[in-house]
Amino acid sequence: MATTSNQPSRGTTRTAASARPPAPAPRQRRSHLPGDGTERAAVEERARREMLQDAVRDAGRRQRGASPVDILAPHHDRGPRKRTRIGADVVCEALVRQGADVLFGYPGGVILPLYDVLADYPEIRHVLVRHEQGAAHAADGYARATGKVGVCLGTSGPGATNLVTGIGTAMLDSVPMVAITGNVAAALIGKDAFQEIDITGITLPMTKHNYLVRNADELPRVLAEAFHIARTGRPGPVHVDITKDALQQETSAPHPDEADVVAGLPGFRPNLDGHPRQLKLAAVEIARAARPVILAGHGVLVARAWDELRALAEKASIPVAHTLLGIGAFPEDHPLSLGYMGMHGWKHVNRAIQSADLLVALGMRFDDRVTGSVRTYAPYARIVHVDIDPAEIGKNVAVEVPIVGDVRRVLRGLLPLVEAVAAEARGPYLAELAAWRRESEASSWHGSGAWRDGLLSADFVIQRIGEATGHDATLVSDVGQNQMWMARYAGFRRPNSHVSSGGLGTMGFALPAAMGAALGRPDKETWAIAGDGGLQMTVQELMTLVQDRIPVKIALLDNHKLGMIRQWQELIYAGNYHSAHLQGPDWRKLAEAYGIPAFEASTPDEVDGAIAAARAVPGPALVHFMIAEEQNVFPMMPAGKGLSDLLEEWQGADE
Amino acid sequence: MSPDALAHATPAHATPAHATPAHATPAHATPPDRAVPGSGVPHRHVLVAVVRDRPGVLNRVASLMRARNFNIESLAVSHTDRAEMSRMTLVVHGDDVAVEQAAKQLYRLIDVLKVQDVTADPTVEHELALIKVRISERTRPEVVSIVEMYKGRVVDLAADSLIVEATGTEAEVDALVALLRGFGIKELVRTGAVVMSRGAGSIEEAVKR
Ligand SMILES: Cc1ncc(C[n+]2csc(CCOP(=O)(O)OP(=O)(O)O)c2C)c(N)n1
Ligand SMILES: [Mg+2]
Repeated sequence: MATTSNQPSRGTTRTAASARPPAPAPRQRRSHLPGDGTERAAVEERARREMLQDAVRDAGRRQRGASPVDILAPHHDRGPRKRTRIGADVVCEALVRQGADVLFGYPGGVILPLYDVLADYPEIRHVLVRHEQGAAHAADGYARATGKVGVCLGTSGPGATNLVTGIGTAMLDSVPMVAITGNVAAALIGKDAFQEIDITGITLPMTKHNYLVRNADELPRVLAEAFHIARTGRPGPVHVDITKDALQQETSAPHPDEADVVAGLPGFRPNLDGHPRQLKLAAVEIARAARPVILAGHGVLVARAWDELRALAEKASIPVAHTLLGIGAFPEDHPLSLGYMGMHGWKHVNRAIQSADLLVALGMRFDDRVTGSVRTYAPYARIVHVDIDPAEIGKNVAVEVPIVGDVRRVLRGLLPLVEAVAAEARGPYLAELAAWRRESEASSWHGSGAWRDGLLSADFVIQRIGEATGHDATLVSDVGQNQMWMARYAGFRRPNSHVSSGGLGTMGFALPAAMGAALGRPDKETWAIAGDGGLQMTVQELMTLVQDRIPVKIALLDNHKLGMIRQWQELIYAGNYHSAHLQGPDWRKLAEAYGIPAFEASTPDEVDGAIAAARAVPGPALVHFMIAEEQNVFPMMPAGKGLSDLLEEWQGADE
Repeated sequence: MSPDALAHATPAHATPAHATPAHATPAHATPPDRAVPGSGVPHRHVLVAVVRDRPGVLNRVASLMRARNFNIESLAVSHTDRAEMSRMTLVVHGDDVAVEQAAKQLYRLIDVLKVQDVTADPTVEHELALIKVRISERTRPEVVSIVEMYKGRVVDLAADSLIVEATGTEAEVDALVALLRGFGIKELVRTGAVVMSRGAGSIEEAVKR
C-alpha cells in the first residue's frame, strides 16, 4: 500500500503578473436598466432586499444543523449590486425559494447573464464541474441522497447536449431534477445560430416536462412549475431552456405561491391516496396468503415510506425483498429482510418470489431485470401492486389488486386493515426461507478475500467497505459488475444510502453522482464505487472534488476489464472477448496529478488498511483495488430466461 | 461462510411451535404460465384527448406515441370553444391493454387534461375528404351521380378533373374512394376522424379545473 497526499502546487500560472492586462475599470451600471430614482425601481429594490434577507436567514438556519461549513468552498464576497431585476435574477430567486442550496453547472455564452448575477446570491453554492454530464449526475446524486430536487445548469448547444445523458438517467430512475440551459436569443431560434440546437426537442421524450422560455415575465411561473412537477407524484427531471434575452430582460413578475402553481397545472393532479375499496381487497389478499413476499422498490424511498413498510412487514410477518433501487428501503439486518432480487439478485430471494402465493409490490415497476421472462415469473402468486403512476400498473404484469397512490399514504391506509400475524404462525415458511438463504449466501462468496489463485475478490472488498463505514455511508455505484457487487455485499441499512443508475445503467455515473450526494448529505461519509471502465468515463471530476473540497472516497474496482461485458462474452458469446479488455492509467499517478491521495490494495490483507487510510484523509481519496480480472457475478439470470433459470456457476466454479 | 453484514441467523421467531402445517413450495411439475397483459388481438380504437393549448403539445403527443411504439392511424387537432383547450382525436390500432396503456401514458403528459377511449361509446364520427378525380366528358355524369349518392359535393370542376368533398365515417369515405378509384384519383386528402359522444355528456366539461 502506498500513500501520496501532496497537493499540486497552485499558482504557477500566476507568475507573469506584470504581463496581465491592466485592472478592469470599475463596473459600469448597465445601459439597459431604466434610470434610478423611479418609484418602481425603489419598490423592486426594497422587495428584492427583503427577499434576500429572508433567504439568507433560511440559508443560515439550514447550515447551522450539520455544520457543513468546513467543507464548503468560500463564496465570492460581493454584496448585491445596485441594479434592477432581470430574468437571471428570477432564476436565482427561484432556486433560493425552492431551497436549492447547490447548483452544479458550467458556463457558456448564452448562460453568462446568469453567471453574471450568481455571486449576488451567496446562499446558492455553485459547483463548477468539468463536464456537463457531471453536473447532471451530481444533481441526480444530490437528489437521491437528500430526496430534494437537484439542479444543474449548462449553456446552449454542446453544454445542453452534454447534460442529456444525465437527464435520461434521472428520467429512468424517477429522480427529481431541474435542468436549466441557456439558449440563443429568441430572434435567433430556428436560425441555426452559433451553438443553437433544438434542445427542448431532444429532451422532450426524456423529461417529465420541459419548457422553452423566451420572456422573463414567464420565468417565475415556469420555474415554480418546474420544481413542483419535478418533485410531485412520480418524480422526474424537468428541463427549462431560457433564451439569452429572457435572462437579460428586466422583469417585475412576482413568484407564484404553491397554490397558484397547482391551479395552473390542471393536467397534473397525481392521485395520492389509494382507493379505500382497493385497500380492503389488499388486506384480504394479505390475510389469505400463506407465502407472501413484499417487493420494495424505489417508490418506498421516494415516498419516505420506510417506517410504514417496516410496520407492515412486522405486523403481518411478511419477508421483504428489494429491487436495485429499493435498496435501503428496509434494513438488510432486519430478520424479515430477504435481500436483493432479480437478474443478479440472491437465489433465495428469487426462489421466495417463485414460490410465493402473494406479492405485495410497493413502488416498483416489474422491470425486465426484476422479472426475467414474465411467463414464468412468480407462477403461483397473486399480485397487489401499489404505485403512484397508473401507467405502471398492468404494464408488464397483470395484477389482481391495483392501487394507485403514494406508497406512504397507501400503507398508512392499509395498516389498520391488515390482520396481525405472529411470526410463529409463519414459522415453517420463514424457516424454509432462512434455510434457502443460508445455502444461497454460502455460494459464490469469498470470505477469505481471495478468488482463484489468491487474487483479490471483489465481493470481499465491498463487504469490507460496508463494515468499515458502519453500513451508514452513502455508497454510490457505477454500472457493471461493481454495481452488482455493491448491491449484493455492502449490507445497506439506511434509506437513501444506496445510489445507483438502475434504469438507464449509465457508466460514468458514480463519481459525479457521489459528488452531489456528498454535498447533499455532508453529515454522511460518501463513497463512489466504480469499475475501471466507468471511472474513465467521467474521471475529470476528480478535479472538481479537489477544487470544491468535496470529501468523496473512491473505491476503484480495477479488473482491467469491462467486466460485465467480459462476463457476458464468456457466458453467452462463447468466450469471444472483443473489446472487453481495456487499459487504464497509472491510477496512483493520476490521482496524485489531481492532488488526491491514493492507496492501493492487491491482496485481501491489504484491504482493511487501504480503506482505513482513505477514511483518515479529510478530503477526497482514492483506493485502487486490484481485483481478480476474470471474476463473474453469480448467480445470473441470462436475458430472456426466468427467475428459476439462474446460472450459478461456470465450468464448475461458483465464482 | 457469508459476509457478516448479511449473515442473519434464522429469525428467532421462525421456529415452528404451534405453527400451522408448512405450506411447502408448491410442487407442480410445470406451473401455469403467468398471463401476459393484453389479448394480443389488435382492434381499431378511437381516443379523444383534451389538451392544453400550449406550443409543442402536438409534438409531445406524437412523440409519446412513437416512443411507446403505438401506431397512429390518424390524428386530428383543433381548438375547442374554450380558451386554452385543444382537442385531439386519435385513431390507433392495438389490443385493449395496449390502448389503455397509451391512454395512461398520455395522461402522464402535463399538458393532457383528459383522455377517453370512445370506441365502445355511441358517437358521431366523421371525417372530411377532398378527392380530385380524373374525368372526361363521358365519365362526368357517372362520377357526379356516384358523388351525389354518397352525399358528397363537387366543389371544383375543370375540363378533365373535379374535386369531390365528402364527409362521413371512415367506412363511408372508404367506400366512395373505392368507387372513384376506377375513374382515376389524381389526389386525395383526408382529415382523419373527428368524433363526439352522443348525448349530453361532455368531455370538455369533465376536465377538472
Ligand atoms: C455509457 C455506457 N456505455 C456502455 C455500457 C455497457 N456496459 C455495461 S457494464 C459495462 C462494463 C463496465 O466496465 P467497468 O466500468 O470496468 O465495470 P466492471 O463491470 O468491470 O465492474 C459496459 C461497457 C453502459 N452501461 N453505459
Ligand atoms: Mg472493470
